[in-house]
Amino acid sequence: MGDNKRRFVIPGEVITTGPYRPEQNVILEGKKIIATKVGISEIYDDSVKVIPLTGKYIPKSEDLVIGKIISHSSLSWEADINSCYVGMLPGSDVFGRNFQPDTDEMTSKLKKGDLIAARIVNFDRSRDPLITIADRELGKIDSGELVRISPSKVPRLIGKQGTMIQAIEMATNATITIGQNGLVIVACENPDGLLKAKKAIQMIDEQAHMANLTDKVKAMLESNSV
Amino acid sequence: MGGRDSDLVLLDENGIRCDGRKVDETRNISIKAGVLKNANGSAYIEFGDNKILAGVFGPRDVHPKHMSDTDTGIIRCRYHMSPFSVTERKNPAPSRREIEIGKVIKEALRPAVMLEKFPRTAVDVYVEVLQADGGTRCAALDAASVALADAGIPMRDMVSACAAGKVADTIILDVNNEEDQAGQADMPIGYMPNLGKVTLLQLDGVLTPAEFKKCLETGIEGCKQVYEIQKQALKDKYFANGEQQ
Repeated sequence: MGDNKRRFVIPGEVITTGPYRPEQNVILEGKKIIATKVGISEIYDDSVKVIPLTGKYIPKSEDLVIGKIISHSSLSWEADINSCYVGMLPGSDVFGRNFQPDTDEMTSKLKKGDLIAARIVNFDRSRDPLITIADRELGKIDSGELVRISPSKVPRLIGKQGTMIQAIEMATNATITIGQNGLVIVACENPDGLLKAKKAIQMIDEQAHMANLTDKVKAMLESNSV
Repeated sequence: MGGRDSDLVLLDENGIRCDGRKVDETRNISIKAGVLKNANGSAYIEFGDNKILAGVFGPRDVHPKHMSDTDTGIIRCRYHMSPFSVTERKNPAPSRREIEIGKVIKEALRPAVMLEKFPRTAVDVYVEVLQADGGTRCAALDAASVALADAGIPMRDMVSACAAGKVADTIILDVNNEEDQAGQADMPIGYMPNLGKVTLLQLDGVLTPAEFKKCLETGIEGCKQVYEIQKQALKDKYFANGEQQ
């Protein structure tokens, strides 16, 4: 992976100069590559990016998000996806191709206040992001507890190749669904496991900047106190 | 404020100013990022005797709706002085001066903030002056810029601000209240230190072209000093525990 140099940066700081491709949260100004957010810069073989440490969720195609239905028209639902934009879920996505706005009752499938696991299909900034629940792991969420964390800390909760989240799931026997927008659903049959998993998630949210967090979380999970 | 007579000695024969500073010295500045829980980003600055709090929300929905722009986000700024920020009670209703400074701060921040990434949304900056002692617009701009970075709003660069001016026919850095009242010129400067661009430039008073040039250079030097403090404030909040992998 070449010299994968990591550094703390703030907006405006020059990360490097040279023939690199600017990726997330960096801009090219002349020959300089400049960070646009507070975060950790990473330089790869041919690209540079900044992992942000703060900020709201901005929808991105293919992201899995947890949303809450806030309203509907006769054609589509609107879901709060913890962002500055609302998610649009078209009726045809739920009722199938022969969706008939005049006969199909929207509330029979999803009501105001329902939680859904959805995927962002398309977002071009000129319209609200289009979401879908037509996939195996998507759809209405019937059970579990909702935990809110800062969206910028989601990558930390997942960990490298999903190590962190696997550690929590293994130790507590919980099923955890992580939305890229910072909403997390924890489902577990054992109440102690549920509490422990919730505590671990909150701990990661609070201490995301600490080194060797995985070990700390593991130690917490192995201890018997809840 | 063309050189009013007063007993105050603005600059003594040793080049020391009324508050004991040298001509090219700023007041003590300290900034703390992330002081408010409910705002998306916040900062508190003490710039000499100025005490200013800044809070940032956004990007979020625009209300009233007609203000929103389909091509880009908008930035709004409210600058407000508390009734107790000055010696005589200040009427808390927004005055002409406050509306103007709000506009000036907004326009000084706009080149730095990448609003085009969030069409149809607004970024709201609220600045509250708790104690004023000259140069509040610069101090407010410094705090607002740190608060924007704390809120995670993409920015091309930080905005640092500092005033320069002229008292007793000498160019000085960071004009305080007495120097502003009795001095010959006051020039607040907002500057993007990495891009080397000026985003705010106002001048109250009279300067010759040569003095103006000197004043601008002095002010930009001050902005660079402020930038180091802004940088430290953000690093203290986010990287204090020193995770470096």
